[in-house]
Amino acid sequence: MKKILLGNEAIVQGALEAGVDFVSAYPGTPSSEIGNIFGKVAKKHGVYFEFSTNEKTAMEAAIGASFSGLKCLVAMKSFGLNVASEALIPFCYTGTKGPTVIIVADDPSCWSSGQSEQNSRAYAYLAHVPMLEPSDAQEAKDFTKLAFEISKKFNIPIIVRITTRVAHQRMPVEMQKTNSKEQRTIGKFVKDVKHFVTMPPRVLEMKEELLEKIEKIKDFAEKNKINEIKNHKLKIKNCNLGIITSSISYLYVMEALKDLNLDLPILKLGFFHPLPETKIKNFIKRFKNVLIVEELEPFLEKEVKVLAKEINPKLKVFGKDLLPETRELGTEKVMMAIAKLTNRKYKIPRHYSLALPTRFPRLCPDCSYWLVFSAVKKMAPKGTIFGGDIGCYMLAGFPPHNIQDYLFCMGSSIGIAHGIKKAVQDQSSKQKLITFIGDSTFFHAGIPALVNTVFNKSNPLIIIMDNRITAMTGHQPNPGMGKTGMGEVTDEIKIENIVKACGVKNLKIIDPVNIKELQAAIKEFLNKKEVSVIIARRMCAYWAKRLKRKK
Amino acid sequence: MITLTQIIAEAALIEGLDLKTSELHGLSQRGGSVETHIRIGKKVYSPLVSSGKADLILSLETLEGLRSIQYANAKTIFLINKDALSFMGSPSEEKIINRLNKLIKGPKYIIPASKICKKELGKAVMAGVYLLSYASFKKLIPLKSNSVSKAILKVVPKRYLELNKKAFELARS
Repeated sequence: MKKILLGNEAIVQGALEAGVDFVSAYPGTPSSEIGNIFGKVAKKHGVYFEFSTNEKTAMEAAIGASFSGLKCLVAMKSFGLNVASEALIPFCYTGTKGPTVIIVADDPSCWSSGQSEQNSRAYAYLAHVPMLEPSDAQEAKDFTKLAFEISKKFNIPIIVRITTRVAHQRMPVEMQKTNSKEQRTIGKFVKDVKHFVTMPPRVLEMKEELLEKIEKIKDFAEKNKINEIKNHKLKIKNCNLGIITSSISYLYVMEALKDLNLDLPILKLGFFHPLPETKIKNFIKRFKNVLIVEELEPFLEKEVKVLAKEINPKLKVFGKDLLPETRELGTEKVMMAIAKLTNRKYKIPRHYSLALPTRFPRLCPDCSYWLVFSAVKKMAPKGTIFGGDIGCYMLAGFPPHNIQDYLFCMGSSIGIAHGIKKAVQDQSSKQKLITFIGDSTFFHAGIPALVNTVFNKSNPLIIIMDNRITAMTGHQPNPGMGKTGMGEVTDEIKIENIVKACGVKNLKIIDPVNIKELQAAIKEFLNKKEVSVIIARRMCAYWAKRLKRKK
Repeated sequence: MITLTQIIAEAALIEGLDLKTSELHGLSQRGGSVETHIRIGKKVYSPLVSSGKADLILSLETLEGLRSIQYANAKTIFLINKDALSFMGSPSEEKIINRLNKLIKGPKYIIPASKICKKELGKAVMAGVYLLSYASFKKLIPLKSNSVSKAILKVVPKRYLELNKKAFELARS
């Protein structure tokens, strides 16, 4: 039975078919739908789901559940892996008890990402974590199921790495029966110091065990059908050119060959790590030329070059000399590369330079952030430094606001503000600094940075944009708003209590519609010699509308 | 627009075709300029329409219709909602339509779908379903209007179903 599924929906389906027990996530495009859907369906499938405070706590929660014997899934975007990696790296050393799959969603061309165009494949090398790369929604489902099998067989966490064009793609997907439960599985924590504690010298033994595991998984990969030679009927000895590819790039290769009216042998790699080296060597040994089609950094290209030295030293390996290292690929760029190597005529159609004005991202019309930004612009003296962070208020950097002097990672608006203030040294410096951070972002990463401003004595003005929801990623719950990811009532953790507990003396809570009050507070706090915080609190207008409709 | 994409995808599945779609969520949606790609055929690989390869460009806003010209070739059909959502620095609707008329070589249908839907149905946002239904009735897409109708029933949430069915019927006339 086929059903049209979004890539992320297919992953949820795959996890349910595998009988997942425990799911944790932090919202982040292009992975957010995974958490959103689990939030709705977890209960009826006997699954536990939570939106955790950040990706590190999400990963750690899964580790605890895995150690208690549960089947776990953790989902995040690329940058979330940076936060989660702190816990994932030792988890590869200890190994899993309950099988654990981590979904990581990269975003080539940064459609919904600031910070960087991160290529999370590199974590495979750092953490020695196996990694699969599905090309489409069907594979997203199948590889998620396979990942649980691999995790179970080898007691190792495993990453399924997707990109925007896989996560947000729809296609008809063959579905199987979900492995649902009447009640949530009850875990059991059985003490096992040898496998749960990463102290030296045991941790070094763990590393040796981990490297041995990877070797065994390599043998598994050699035989697994997700590493497959396509067009194998072609007599390879008649071909000068072979293609090695993976992930979404495989779809572009197939499209490009169709459009160029060509048939070439393709090695499609479902495993990114460990690579089926023997399979690759057997593939490349007969060609004169090989083209590696991968997005972003040339990881596969480098590996293939090393293997070629052993098996086919005369082989020419093409990759980033014909394809770009930044931005997503697409069929046209792949066609260009293949055409060059096969003496076909192809020119990428010139984009009309229409010189049309860009439509910048904008805040929603009723958003209270309009009020906050205008109050800040009115009261901030010339030369004020503005710190940005991740969330809807990151649009402060675009017209008509244009109040953003730096933008990095979650929570860094405060972290960097502190550094600037300490650097300019004078606490009554004429150069003022106002920084924006959202409620969810504050819980995620802002708290330690806030502690640092008190502990190490700096005086930025921090405006916490508290719209009572995690909005940019589609209205997910966070610790401040009283509902869990599964819709259960829970305590509202009050941001002002945390701010006070951190020792901040200058604190005001203001509804942005009270413009005069907000302006007065900004003016007053800009003159303070210690850190000050304004919590600009008003529910997201769009979220408020949705809540009304629900009632 | 995502609902529209889902309707087209379901209609293709109903007719036993292979399909892939591509869309963008999150920050990219705040940008206002959002495109979805739909590819239908016997066997479809890439979810993205290549430059110059679009058979149909359906645009819910006039300027964005013009902006999408990189996907068009001499035969591409343009189905554009005559409804320019202006912003600071944007050209007038008249200017945009002039450029469209100059640049588009293939068949073009510039229809005030939002106005029609607002007038007849009370909801301008039905313009998308209206235009899609129009495309199926006028045979601008390789999907039967019957398939589109069935797809609407499958995809659209119950509370909006009546309105969507009306938009579909409105396009028939």
